[in-house]
Amino acid sequence: MVRWSRFNIASIVFGFAFLYLPIVLLVIYSFNESRLVTVWTGFSTKWYGTLLTNQALLDAAWVTLRVGLLSASASTVLGTLAALSLSRYPDFRGRVLFSGMIYAPLVMPEVITGLSMLLLFVAIGIDRGFWTVTLAHTTFTMCFVAVVVQSRLQSFDRSIEEAAMDLGATPVATFFQVTLPIILPAVLSGWVLAFTLSLDDLVIASFTSGPGATTLPMRIYSQVRLGVTPEINAICTILIGVVACGTLIAALATRRRELQRQKDERAAFAESMVRTVDPPPAAAGG
Amino acid sequence: MKSLGIFRRSFAPWADPNAKPFISFRNVTKRFGDFTAVDNLSLDIFTREFFALLGGSGCGKSTLLRMLAGFEQPTSGEITLDGQSLAGIPPYRRPVNMMFQSYALFPHMTVEKNIAFGLKQDGMPKTEIAERVAQMLKLVKLESFAGRKPHQLSGGQRQRVALARSLAKRPKVLLLDEPLGALDKKLREETQFELMDLQYELGLTFVVVTHDQEEAMTMSDRIAVMSQGRVIQVATPAEIYEAPNSRFVAEFIGDVNMMEGRVALENGHSVLKTEDGVSVPLPEPLAEGREVALAVRPEKLKVSRAAPPEGANLYAVRGEIWDIAYFGDMTVFHVKLPSGKIVKASSLNATRGVEDPFGYDEQIWVSFEPQAGVVLKG
Repeated sequence: MVRWSRFNIASIVFGFAFLYLPIVLLVIYSFNESRLVTVWTGFSTKWYGTLLTNQALLDAAWVTLRVGLLSASASTVLGTLAALSLSRYPDFRGRVLFSGMIYAPLVMPEVITGLSMLLLFVAIGIDRGFWTVTLAHTTFTMCFVAVVVQSRLQSFDRSIEEAAMDLGATPVATFFQVTLPIILPAVLSGWVLAFTLSLDDLVIASFTSGPGATTLPMRIYSQVRLGVTPEINAICTILIGVVACGTLIAALATRRRELQRQKDERAAFAESMVRTVDPPPAAAGG
Repeated sequence: MKSLGIFRRSFAPWADPNAKPFISFRNVTKRFGDFTAVDNLSLDIFTREFFALLGGSGCGKSTLLRMLAGFEQPTSGEITLDGQSLAGIPPYRRPVNMMFQSYALFPHMTVEKNIAFGLKQDGMPKTEIAERVAQMLKLVKLESFAGRKPHQLSGGQRQRVALARSLAKRPKVLLLDEPLGALDKKLREETQFELMDLQYELGLTFVVVTHDQEEAMTMSDRIAVMSQGRVIQVATPAEIYEAPNSRFVAEFIGDVNMMEGRVALENGHSVLKTEDGVSVPLPEPLAEGREVALAVRPEKLKVSRAAPPEGANLYAVRGEIWDIAYFGDMTVFHVKLPSGKIVKASSLNATRGVEDPFGYDEQIWVSFEPQAGVVLKG
């Protein structure tokens, strides 16, 4: 057991302060009564109330939500397919190139991704708006899904799929009845990741959206340029709350499942030990 | 070859020239890149046979099984099942089922759902599925575990679920890839006999892949000993043990003493003269001076203080006891012959003690009957 030395405590406090102090400040000031962001005059929730009447912000939130849901779903399908083909056919020609290309958007500066999308949309003459943002988000979140799903597939026992086919399941039936249910947790966390990325993307959205399709980060950014209002603090606090809740629920669900599995395995093991010591008549009669 | 009398077998379709093989490999070759896993192999397996493919890792036995299941396609040659070619038929349309080494149970399904999986794919009515699943659970004695998931089962129980699942569709042939490999020794021995009984009762053809010679000897009607993608010998366990066709088979199965020697001519007959001066007549004339070996199993060698009497028709060599290994049920004497070669002679400890036991460094005689050895050319 490691003792809590002063150095340990100090580094933890400093580390967490570094990470969370700005967020805590933002949350605190969202409950400020004053219109001036930096002057505390008293506790109030009125800015949450005025939020509901700010139609522009609400519209932007609605756009963001729709873009997020659509692009996350599309990129989950595409990313899962990419991960499957990458891990299933390890010897196909150009595999290294293909996998490198899948991962490139992870490290590509968003400005470049956004700009290249913009050029493409202009070149083929698509009016920028809701659909172009959705497309762009699908493109850049897809690689994240592929990475998450591929790491799950690496520990996947292929003989399970072979067993399914051996028992008469066609490749399609095998995928939907066996492969997908087993990798579903990874696919879902890929979806959540894609959704969150889409939710808080500003750069790519700015390049690819058009009139009538302003996302929430874009709206917040443009308002902040005119000065930070407590309203902005309030909506940011709500966003933080949503993301934190989502992460917490996902973490708790994973932990519970893991604990249950460990418990089951211990039980099965204990049972098998008992059986070895004292075989029941049914087993002995074979 | 004359059949060897160890015990009577009423089931021997391979000895019947009119019997039609059920599974037939015809000049099958399988290459993975430069590596030849199966090399121009031909093999016949008959209905209701318990057939074992035995060999070390990388000998091609698993590839052979996977080609039968349809997971691999032969590079050349043909596999037929019940007279029909299996070429181009995908695994999900073959009337064979496989039990995987890792069991490959579906982790997200209960025991019941695992067993029902294959039946559901065939579109069997629900009531019939339920009936068949119950039957299978009873067969493998897991009735009370129907609702459990694989991770809630012990290794032995998982093995049974895998077996029940692969038998549920009543396949014509059951393929078993190292079926007992993951079980501990005691459970493995029990399960061997259960598998044999099951195969007999259901009247199925079993093809089992194993690297465990004892397992293959116990369970199977016939064994194919494989090495480097080829079948070295196909025969009953007794023939494989008592009449191996090569040094490889003799050394692979059980313990054996190889008495090296050369072919010589005595009174116009070819004989094998071993290094220690034993002359054994050869069944067929061979070129003089050719190096051959006499393979004698340890239990066929007899250790005695006195030289065997004249006219006893025994081959005898003088030797010295070099090492003694006591196993409880038997004792193995390592005897050093005049040539410096050490042979093993095992004797069954049929009584609880011997009045005047052998000791280390004692000069003794090693003797064996003329039929005890097999002459191996290659």
